Amino acid sequence: MNGALDVALRLLVVFVVFLTFPLIVGQTEHKVMAHMQGRLGPMYAGGFHGWAQLIADGVKFAQKEDVVPTGADRRIFQLAPAVALLPYLLVLLAIPIGPGEGAVGQVLDAGVFFVLAVMGVGVLGSLMAGWASANKFSLLGGLRTAAQLLAYELPMLLAAASVAMAAGTVSLPGILDAFHWWWLPWQIVGAFVFFVAGLAELQRPPFDMPVADSEIIFGAYTEYTGLRFALFLLAEYAGIIVLCGLTTVLFLGGWHGPWGADGLGWLWTLLKTAILAFVVIWLRVTYPRLREDQLQKLSWTLLVPLSLAQIALTGIVKVVIQ
Amino acid sequence: MSLAAAAPHGFLSPNGVEIAFLLVGLVTFGAALVTVTTRQLVHAALWLVVTLGGLAVEYLLLTAEFIAWVQVLIYVGSVVVLLLFGLMLTRAPIGRSPDADSGNRWAALAVALAAAAALVWVVVDAFRTTWIDLHGPAAGSTEVTGASLFQNWVLPFEALSVLLLAALVGAIVLSRKAKAETTGTPTVPDARRGRAEKEGAR
Repeated sequence: MNGALDVALRLLVVFVVFLTFPLIVGQTEHKVMAHMQGRLGPMYAGGFHGWAQLIADGVKFAQKEDVVPTGADRRIFQLAPAVALLPYLLVLLAIPIGPGEGAVGQVLDAGVFFVLAVMGVGVLGSLMAGWASANKFSLLGGLRTAAQLLAYELPMLLAAASVAMAAGTVSLPGILDAFHWWWLPWQIVGAFVFFVAGLAELQRPPFDMPVADSEIIFGAYTEYTGLRFALFLLAEYAGIIVLCGLTTVLFLGGWHGPWGADGLGWLWTLLKTAILAFVVIWLRVTYPRLREDQLQKLSWTLLVPLSLAQIALTGIVKVVIQ
Repeated sequence: MSLAAAAPHGFLSPNGVEIAFLLVGLVTFGAALVTVTTRQLVHAALWLVVTLGGLAVEYLLLTAEFIAWVQVLIYVGSVVVLLLFGLMLTRAPIGRSPDADSGNRWAALAVALAAAAALVWVVVDAFRTTWIDLHGPAAGSTEVTGASLFQNWVLPFEALSVLLLAALVGAIVLSRKAKAETTGTPTVPDARRGRAEKEGAR
């Protein structure tokens, strides 16, 4: 009974995090983007700096009619948002936010492989949406999504493999247990590759070619309305949380901090994740969109060689210090 | 199948894991059948996702966690995406394709049955006396898998690497040749190369 209660409690906590954190990132994006562009952003809803704007948005989405185009493949079209969103919920289960058994949804032996594998499944949602919409812009968006994923999954995997080599384990809590502060300069190239490749996998600007609104309307999500469209947006923000959390755990030492790491480890994790999420938003406002050939070139000629060099460096240092 | 039913108490009193294994196996088998019989091309690819995912669940139930996640990573995350990419790039109609059939289907069925029979026979024969304790420490953890791969199976592993390297070089040569003959779309060689390199990384 106690075991079942424990599991239920963990699932509940992860679910609440899954529902609230993406919204917080969304609201932060509203405000940060607005201030960086010299405007105010939403200011009225809720009174204080428009904090209730997201609730208003949610109500708006829920009120809209759920339209499925006549020519679309109905079942696939309706299934796609769930396929896009659910993997991120599963990934959150495996991310440790503090030391010990109590601070992770589920300890997995092959945690790194689990998170990368399941994140890759999420992209299937975009592909299904792009194909099933019976719309040429959607299909183009789906194609670009697939091309981007094929290009960026390899450097992401290699960068994660470098950390796993350094720690001698593929379990996420295990990697954190093995972490020392000097891993930060040691793995910095890997961290860069992982973060950039993750951004590309999430299709966040400057890698938002698949949803380039000035060319193909909104890519794979063009035909979606109402709640299903909101689910895709939620998947994007959940993806930001997952990517920032993973970068924190793999490269930035997770719950380790310069001081106070004993009781407040989870605070360090959240702080680092929040800073990275801010960087994601910052990049969106700063850089123009990369063209498709630039996207491919960046991955194959820069990120893949960099990640291979990082693996070589990791191997050499690992042999030297043993 | 004999692996799952290999608990010490025999075949006639299955426990929960064994029942789950059997049910997931049935779902996987059904999805595989739909994959090869459906007339809708993209649906076939999506049913393939269910099939490969079902296999991953079977690995999980047999405590081979590492293999299960690698299965999802490589097959669902990369191979199926590549498949969908290829379909969308060439022809992916919504609805049935009446011509999505082959006159070779009976020959294909015969080959599939022969291959399945050979595999089942070899596996049953080879692992007749190998029991997996589903409730003890995981027999297929990353550490165990890695140790056995790089201690007992290094030679096949390296031979496979060379094979994949050859495939990689071959893909690059083919794509260069196609480029020299016709100025084809630049994305196709990219995708091919992506597949080959991913296989190489495996």
